[in-house]
Amino acid sequence: MTPLERYHRKIAEAATQDMILNMGPQHPSTHGVLRLELITDGEIVKEVIPHAGYLHRCFDKHAENLTYQQTIPFTDRLDYLSSMNNSHIWVMGVERMLGIDKDIPKRVEYIRVLVCELNRIASHLISIGTYGIDIGAFTPFLWCFRDREHIMGMLEWASGSRMLYNYIWIGGLFFDLPVGFEERCREFVEYFKPKMTELNELLTNNQIFISRTANVGVLPLDVAINYGCSGPMLRGSGLKWDLRRIDNYSVYGELDFEVPIGTGAMGTTGDCWDRNKVRVDEIGESLKIIEQCLDRLQKELKRTPEFDPRAKLPRRLAPKAQDYYMRGECSKGELGFYFITDPTGKSEIPFRVKARGPSFNNLSVISEISKGVMIADLIAIVGSIDFVLGELDR
Amino acid sequence: MILDSVKEILSARFGDGVIIGEETSGLQPALLINPEQIADVCLELRDNPATYFDFLSCLSGIDYGVTSNRFGVVYHLASIPYQTQLTLKVNKEHTRDINDLPSFPTLSNVYRTADWHEREAYDLVGIYFEGHPDLRRILLPDDWEGYPLRKDYKAAEYYKGIKVD
Repeated sequence: MTPLERYHRKIAEAATQDMILNMGPQHPSTHGVLRLELITDGEIVKEVIPHAGYLHRCFDKHAENLTYQQTIPFTDRLDYLSSMNNSHIWVMGVERMLGIDKDIPKRVEYIRVLVCELNRIASHLISIGTYGIDIGAFTPFLWCFRDREHIMGMLEWASGSRMLYNYIWIGGLFFDLPVGFEERCREFVEYFKPKMTELNELLTNNQIFISRTANVGVLPLDVAINYGCSGPMLRGSGLKWDLRRIDNYSVYGELDFEVPIGTGAMGTTGDCWDRNKVRVDEIGESLKIIEQCLDRLQKELKRTPEFDPRAKLPRRLAPKAQDYYMRGECSKGELGFYFITDPTGKSEIPFRVKARGPSFNNLSVISEISKGVMIADLIAIVGSIDFVLGELDR
Repeated sequence: MILDSVKEILSARFGDGVIIGEETSGLQPALLINPEQIADVCLELRDNPATYFDFLSCLSGIDYGVTSNRFGVVYHLASIPYQTQLTLKVNKEHTRDINDLPSFPTLSNVYRTADWHEREAYDLVGIYFEGHPDLRRILLPDDWEGYPLRKDYKAAEYYKGIKVD
């Protein structure tokens, strides 16, 4: 019997005594087009079978047919909520293969980190806001989107686009920051800090929210590691593992920030509340990084008229024959690109690219941690994983 | 150097036949492992206190091109306690027969990460993983024909009676 027949038989047999329930692909709480097939006994979920692939856009195949520079807009569309982070990691991988990663001007590196962290905040705001809406809190969603709009506006000012930026280029940037960006950004940080306090009072420390999320969907650390979870999922289970700190890529080594982890403050370590709390704390850390970047960008790395962010763009983008795995911390976790360059070392088109999306591995743990939970709790678990289908299906 | 100690551990445990070769020219050196022993090797590397490669970052199925007729799988391991990385590769020659897929042992009983990644490699590159608990297509529909990331893949003209442009 093939695995497909085995699966069909399992569903057919379960349907005689239990109920098969399809959650999605159009259900709003699945955050996109994900279909979860539930085998339920009353309100109890006996098994979850995820079906991915509704948003498959052949990223790997596209990357095999386009040059490294042309693929950057495609990386933006992987995790479309944190496009800057995706293209940053892609670009760093290509730069390392070309051997020009040490020549990138400091100002360019700081601008990259600045926009990446702004984008990380935007992504976490969506995650927290939609998590609230998943389990019945409507107001935080509106607050999060109101504050995210400031970030979208700023990034649009810098790159010309609201969500899919194509701003970070191999060897440099599309444009320098617009005049006045640093001041506007500082204004935003000052505006945003008290808003986070408000959001915490409204949502994170809200007793109803705690009752819905604490002790729900507990992900033990060993399971998280074995399933390859990363990012806030892994840190929520209590492990200090942040690739920005481990690999110290770009200029993260020069910046001062903490890695927040889940402590089980409201229940068990690794429950849904911890995962959400890690994201809330990470917003604070990202603000710290942004302030440090702004300090540098306004003092020793000040904008000068002759500064050209495209000055170091390589004329030819053909790395020598090799393969390289580049990993970095996206807002959802470890985003990796595995490149195999052209075997002749002359082509600008890679031989093979594989994208390892954090959401892909983070979601795979769902059938493990949601055995025997109530259907309403499953919604809470799905929301706390914070996956983006664009990256899961690629 | 991490690669040397890994080589020592592996040849002491499994004999010299387990490491077929190594690639040290690139930025990330890689070990070529005997395909039959890859699951044992990973289990050893995961549990050995000297290595603790407990995190499988990435698993990629590769078609090495029409001229060489080689299929392979590349494993990127990471050790959380030691903060090290390691690349392992397996590959074998194959005739490209679509009804008899190239086959490698599954890693899903060592790292559960491999479960979905192997399904993806099966789905897109057409590599069979022996002993995988549930090797169905994951990104493409169940009735898809062919394996799109193979270098000799031709897009079908029709999908369920609809002309594909």
